[in-house]
Amino acid sequence: MAVQSDVIDDAGPYDRAKALSAFKLGDVTFYWITRLSAISVLLILGGIIVSLIVGAFPAMKEYGFSFLWTQRWAPSADPPVLGALGPMYGTLVTSFIAMLIAIPVGLGIAIFLTELCPQWLRRPIGMAIELLAGIPSIIYGMWGFFVLGPFLANTFQPFMIRIFDGVPVLGAIFAGPPSYLSTFNAALILAIMVLPFITSISVDVFKTVPPVLKEAAYGVGCTTWEVVRSVVIPYTRVGIIGGVMLALGRALGETMAVTFIIGNSFRISSSIFAPGTTISAAIASEFAESDGLHQSGLILLGLLLFVLTFFVLAAARLMLMRLDKKAGK
Amino acid sequence: MNFLKTIVAAGLVAASATAAFAADITGAGATFPFPIYSKWADAYKKETGNGLNYQSIGSGGGIKQIQAKTVTFGASDAPLKAEQLEKDGLVQWPMVMGAIVPVVNLEGVKPGEMVFDGETLASIYLGKITKWDDAAIKKLNPNVKLPSEAITVVRRSDGSGTTFNFTNYLAKASADWKSKVGEGTAVEWPVGVGAKGNEGVSGNISQTKNSIGYVEYAYAKQNKLTYTGLVNKAGKPVQPTVEAFQAAASNADWAKAPGYYVILTDQPGEKSWPITAATFILMHKDATDKAASQEAIKFFRWAFKSGGKAAEELDYIPMPEGVVTLIEKTWAAEIKS
Repeated sequence: MAVQSDVIDDAGPYDRAKALSAFKLGDVTFYWITRLSAISVLLILGGIIVSLIVGAFPAMKEYGFSFLWTQRWAPSADPPVLGALGPMYGTLVTSFIAMLIAIPVGLGIAIFLTELCPQWLRRPIGMAIELLAGIPSIIYGMWGFFVLGPFLANTFQPFMIRIFDGVPVLGAIFAGPPSYLSTFNAALILAIMVLPFITSISVDVFKTVPPVLKEAAYGVGCTTWEVVRSVVIPYTRVGIIGGVMLALGRALGETMAVTFIIGNSFRISSSIFAPGTTISAAIASEFAESDGLHQSGLILLGLLLFVLTFFVLAAARLMLMRLDKKAGK
Repeated sequence: MNFLKTIVAAGLVAASATAAFAADITGAGATFPFPIYSKWADAYKKETGNGLNYQSIGSGGGIKQIQAKTVTFGASDAPLKAEQLEKDGLVQWPMVMGAIVPVVNLEGVKPGEMVFDGETLASIYLGKITKWDDAAIKKLNPNVKLPSEAITVVRRSDGSGTTFNFTNYLAKASADWKSKVGEGTAVEWPVGVGAKGNEGVSGNISQTKNSIGYVEYAYAKQNKLTYTGLVNKAGKPVQPTVEAFQAAASNADWAKAPGYYVILTDQPGEKSWPITAATFILMHKDATDKAASQEAIKFFRWAFKSGGKAAEELDYIPMPEGVVTLIEKTWAAEIKS
């Protein structure tokens, strides 16, 4: 014992300063490493934007803003006529339908899992959701092609046409000859693909609701529905919207499965059962064999998708801020 | 044990010899001939010890790579025009052929039972003919029972040499197609759903009733699709057979075409299949790496001489002998050693 205390005494103030400086060095290194990692994100993002702009420049110069509202996509014409309206429309419509289906279903699953589900059922459902997220997108594409496509074309679409025949807007939406490959098929597959994002994030944030809050609500006589509506969802709103945005980002950019089943037609059709295309599907299809202005046009499409995603996310942030203001935070 | 040692030793010697003497040939380009190029490369390596590295990156990529001199040879399904070859100092020749066939999925119709002509095919792909029992189709197929159903038109969604040759044929056969759509690896399709790759079109056709599409002959054959006959330039209906494909190649006027710029669609001759396509090789006349370029020529010579059977096994069509003789002359005259 004595020996040890001697050593400590001897070490005294000198080693203390050394140890402190070593700590400081560690801190500074840590600070810079994390800072550099954070900055690298900005650099990478900037690099991507710059290379997209450089690649897209010839097409930007050639078509200008008319690129945005031209529907014709004729890479073999002389000179090529390229317009982004078809793919942009397809991207927005498929994502919109996908979110329309996935948000209520995803939230429903999450609420059931956290608030209502008997304990023994939680694990199987939870694992099924995780599995859904792990399936490669091409498998979804194949399933959409071989299973969902025939069902939609032979059963679902004739049924919808019969119901909405003659109804002004809805009639046109469901009209057209049955086709395995359609905008609606792609949208349905997208809905299934983004479902796990919404569900698992919602489950995670629902679990963060302090039990005291819920118990208090139950204590004053609230029903489960009232607790979910007035306590759980308001408390976790930011998290839910985050999950929805992540899902929307995936839906906007999903490529492989969509290319497989959307039918890759640049024409805009009023019917959701007609083939269409999305920005990422168009790029994936045509990039390998493209050159010159055609390739530049495809890169410009990529840049558009980038900008589109940026605006969608920005709009979501804005919406969130306004919601917060309303809530008086 | 001794035996095993000998083998290992022999293997090592062979390996080091290959590494020391063989210049590996590199090539890049079209995806359509990839299976046969890799099969040839395999057999050639076994025979001579010289390897070939072919990357199927697409015809456009092949042209870009050879222009940038990053590969010994480039491969393209669409030939370059003579002026372009001159500008880049390239030599071009056809290496092997394939054919494109229309395929249909109609109940009760067997392979080869139906026949189309270019005009009718163009009208279907333009969306002018929408039903199977249209008068134009009926007239060509008086003995086939055609349903009064809508035609589902299937085409390629990805840019491809197959599409280039198909649209080139339609443009030659129909003035309307030429003015409205034109030809190219990716065109502005008026109607139809786009599927990825030959396998995507095959899959779509076999899945969808009352559909029509176009695929490489090999895909139609291997997937047992219902291919159809075509009426050729001479006005004769022909079936897709190796003889018909070779007839198209033989009847093409290779000798008078500068840079072998011949697109094999709609060739004359009573037996010619109208949508035949050659895939081309591109090389520099005065390559920086002469040894590699000579190695490549040796490989191509070998492929012409002993690769025919392998090609036929994979449903490709070897170049006719007359054309090969012409190509040998071109090599001797234009490629510097």
